[in-house]
Amino acid sequence: MPYEAWKDNEYIESLVKELQDSGTNVIVGTLDNLINWGRSNSIWPLTFATSCCGIEFVSLGAARYDMARFGWEVARASPRQADFMMVAGTIVHRMAPVMRRLYDQLAEPKYVIACGSCAISGGPFKKSYHVAMGIEDIVPVDVFVPGCPPRPEAMIYGIMQLSRKIKVEKFFGGVNRQEKQEEFLKNHPVPGVND
Amino acid sequence: MQDFSIGTAWLHSMFLNVMPEWLAVTIECLLIGVGLMLLYAVLALFYIWFERKVCAAFQCRLGPNRVGPWGLLQSIADMFKILIKELISLNHVDKFLFALAPYLVIIASMLAFAVLPWGNGLQIIDFNVGIFFLLAVSSIGVLGILLAGWSSNNKFTLIGALRSGAQMVSYELSMGLSVITMVALAGTMSVGGIVKAQENLWFIFSGHIPAIIAFVIFLIAGTAETNRGPFDLPEAESELTAGYHTEYSGIHFGFFYLAEYLNLFIVSGVAALLFFGGWMPLHIPGLDAFNHVMDYIPSVVWFVGKAVAISFIIIWFKWTFPRLRIDQLLSLEWKYLLPINLVNLVLMVLVITFRLYIH
Amino acid sequence: MTPSIGNNITIMADIQGKISKLFPQAVFEEGQTLTVTIPDAQWHELAKTLKEDPELSFDFLVTIVGMDWQEKGMGCVYELTSTRHNTHIAVKVLATGDRNKPFVHSVFDLWAIATVFEREVYDFFGIIFINNPDMRRLFLSIDWKGYPLRKDYDADPKLNPVAPFENERQSDFTDTYVELPDGKIEKRQERVFAEDDFVVNIGPQHPATHGVLRFRTAVDGETIKKIDIYLGYIHRGVEKICESLTYPQTLHFMDRLDYFSGQIYHHGLCMAIEEAAGITISRRAQVIRVLMDELSRIASHCLFIGTYCMDLGATTMLFYTLRVREQILNIFERTCGARMTFNYGCIGGVMQDLDENFVKDVHDLLDVLPKNIAEYNKIFTGNVIAKNRMENVGVLSREDAISWAVSGPSGRASGWACDVRKTDPYSIYGELEFDEVVRHEGDSMARFKVRMDEMEQSARIIAQLIDNIPEGEYCVKVPKVLKLPVGSWFKVVEGCRGAFGVYIESDGTTSPYRLKLAPPCLPLAAVVDHITEGSKIADLITIGGSLDYIVPDIDR
Repeated sequence: MPYEAWKDNEYIESLVKELQDSGTNVIVGTLDNLINWGRSNSIWPLTFATSCCGIEFVSLGAARYDMARFGWEVARASPRQADFMMVAGTIVHRMAPVMRRLYDQLAEPKYVIACGSCAISGGPFKKSYHVAMGIEDIVPVDVFVPGCPPRPEAMIYGIMQLSRKIKVEKFFGGVNRQEKQEEFLKNHPVPGVND
Repeated sequence: MQDFSIGTAWLHSMFLNVMPEWLAVTIECLLIGVGLMLLYAVLALFYIWFERKVCAAFQCRLGPNRVGPWGLLQSIADMFKILIKELISLNHVDKFLFALAPYLVIIASMLAFAVLPWGNGLQIIDFNVGIFFLLAVSSIGVLGILLAGWSSNNKFTLIGALRSGAQMVSYELSMGLSVITMVALAGTMSVGGIVKAQENLWFIFSGHIPAIIAFVIFLIAGTAETNRGPFDLPEAESELTAGYHTEYSGIHFGFFYLAEYLNLFIVSGVAALLFFGGWMPLHIPGLDAFNHVMDYIPSVVWFVGKAVAISFIIIWFKWTFPRLRIDQLLSLEWKYLLPINLVNLVLMVLVITFRLYIH
Repeated sequence: MTPSIGNNITIMADIQGKISKLFPQAVFEEGQTLTVTIPDAQWHELAKTLKEDPELSFDFLVTIVGMDWQEKGMGCVYELTSTRHNTHIAVKVLATGDRNKPFVHSVFDLWAIATVFEREVYDFFGIIFINNPDMRRLFLSIDWKGYPLRKDYDADPKLNPVAPFENERQSDFTDTYVELPDGKIEKRQERVFAEDDFVVNIGPQHPATHGVLRFRTAVDGETIKKIDIYLGYIHRGVEKICESLTYPQTLHFMDRLDYFSGQIYHHGLCMAIEEAAGITISRRAQVIRVLMDELSRIASHCLFIGTYCMDLGATTMLFYTLRVREQILNIFERTCGARMTFNYGCIGGVMQDLDENFVKDVHDLLDVLPKNIAEYNKIFTGNVIAKNRMENVGVLSREDAISWAVSGPSGRASGWACDVRKTDPYSIYGELEFDEVVRHEGDSMARFKVRMDEMEQSARIIAQLIDNIPEGEYCVKVPKVLKLPVGSWFKVVEGCRGAFGVYIESDGTTSPYRLKLAPPCLPLAAVVDHITEGSKIADLITIGGSLDYIVPDIDR
């Protein structure tokens, strides 16, 4: 797909510009390109769905929308092996720790797509006593896909945006976690795991 | 018929001209090692792509088609990604065994490569108990899976490991017995000898009824040995999330993932060797012209082609049948396959004794 | 099949006479169904009579509606149905004790499902059920402050914040409240699992739980000893939100409970509101609603077959069944403009008129459906592995199905003819020709086959209607500001997974005083422990899949 056809996301364009301005070493830059090519073309989802959006995610895998074309069909049930988490559905108080834990269990580099209005802001359940109003307070979100539920086409577009975002990342000295495990746990204490 | 042993012998003599023999052998070993690694990676990536395409075809989908032509580069992108994915270090695991397990699994399948007959004269080692060696090394893989499940300190992986232990040990019997059936027909355990014995006609034709029974049983047992559907209980996704490798991330998981496909290739390769003549082209006694034409197709193509065709059948199983339950799985082996296999062995012995096979 | 109205009145009078003889304190209200009001002290005795008297035999507890009547106290409304006589009764029970500690006697010994229904009422209203063996909270976590459906609930998010970094606390003990001979209430605790049990935690994020359901499963090797079910991972408090919305606004939540029977749930709530407001809708709207209901039933069963086969390991089936589902979604999309959350039914009829291609599209669907069903049977039903996996797995007897309130296709697979479309025909179902699919094996295979056959019956209904859609208005005029008269209404429709009940209590304003949704999936999930005991872990997946519960429908 020609890149120009996709020049519709100002945020990513400005990100690319900023990165290009600073300039990169030739070797490191080439390696980065190779790694980013691999990463952006191989984003495996975690099988994670709570409600209606999850069913549209199933449709996304089916013949009509066929996400396998892009290589996204390798849905892993274990978070350790997945690359991104599609938060498809409402996240309620009781589910929030579970979702956070799943996010923590994802191996770096990891991404989150907030899919559907419930995951973005609470959606139709804004007035509820038991719904987290948007998952941004719980996990960092890379891409928001609006809709109730979003159509599969919208989901494809959302994951493609994620793919483009990955393409402009830097592997060397960039996004990856620099902290050692002990430091990380000191800064982010998880109850019950410190023993 | 091209003979690759001429080439290797020439290379060996070239080396001997310029260096002592120990150095020549060392360099050759290294070359073979590197070649094997490359072949291993390429084959696994091809298989991953192949399965994804085949399964897409069964499901009326297109399968990967965006990365590279026909999606050919898809699995390469996956490999790049998985190579640099984080290896999560876990608390409360047996660190040594946890790290060892994926290597055990991958070494087991790599060792089995040593005796596969890739082509005429293209075999790393051909010795008199080749097929026995193959059975022996392929069972090391079980150990890796058991260790992976045990050392992860997770209940799902533990159940997965226990399942695979029960499953692998049981199905090894069937596998071994059906191999013995064919070894009896060939009269040798040497891989080269088995291929040579099928020079006139493949065993599946010359051994007729008992050979076909042995082939069916081998295919079932082989599917079970490689943990593939409908026997994928150790990693039954809908039951045990990802089974024994739930806790593995990054390249360690990649090893399990690759080994699964390589084992698929090995089982298909052994089936090709035992029943379809290994690298031997299709020869029909009496039709000399036909046989001659067949000889022009390189032996490597024959072997790999046969193996891929048999793998296709095994992949077909996976995407068609529902999964068995653990007790049904074990009763299938112990109550049906094993007795049939034993009777079949006797049948084969009778066929050999009374020379009822086609010769 | 249905008793005529005159007949109904005599039956009601009979029941009333019988009860008033035995329980002189009982107060009767006659409305759509007979309502008995009784204080808690006599409740258990009355319940026993209602259940065990052969002339009454109210053996099906449809739902328990917890109520907060503010100054009039707290209590519950029990909706009961007799499967033998096809009669209905509602019992209002006033709780003893003040608002701080109201209690009602449990009826778990009469209707097994009451264990779970009572837990739900306890969770929302804080009404304690004496003798119920398991008085833990059902949907909310154990440290939740307050009882959300009480009218004086403090919804301040600071009291119950989202705490993603704290692990959920759980208790290894169940609470039981028993009444001592001197009238005091004592709390007792009992272990859920034995101390040396090997407990595997399945869910809430697990590929086979169909959403976020959690089973704590005690296993002995591969054999299941006991399952403790945890709900509430998608509890969104729909009932509470509805109390602050107007009646038309409450409708769109129906799409988000059981998102496969959205059309049917809409139908149910619309009917309840229309009946209360005295609105009669045009025949065209009736026909359109029934058509949509049956189309969504086919789509839902298609997805059931696909995901169920996927749970059993036959992934490819999913893609074949989704093909038909996509075709139906196309039809929906052309008329309703959405693929899943349609919001199509409205008070007075339907939102828009049918698409001009509707009839042609449906004919196309009817043409391909039989071929597809034949294909599914060929691929999966006859497969020997599938047979071994499903036959005699998770057998549920007819008595247990009624006692656990397992209605819908799962109940019909156990030989209980519980199709609301037949027992209490609503809308135009009384005039339509179709068979109620009932099987008697009660195992997973029967549950699978019932759904397979129901697709054919739904197609039959659609075929009868599609060429006879009458002309007329699709939506009658409804007052802009809709107020319901004071009173209560209970309406049941046949959802894709079972009987879906709507209970509306109105205080005469524009929004409901209490809107209780009685989902079919809660009993389906509750019965899992009962029918999985002694089977293998893999069977749990088979059984769970065959019951086909939708978790957002359970949790609401």
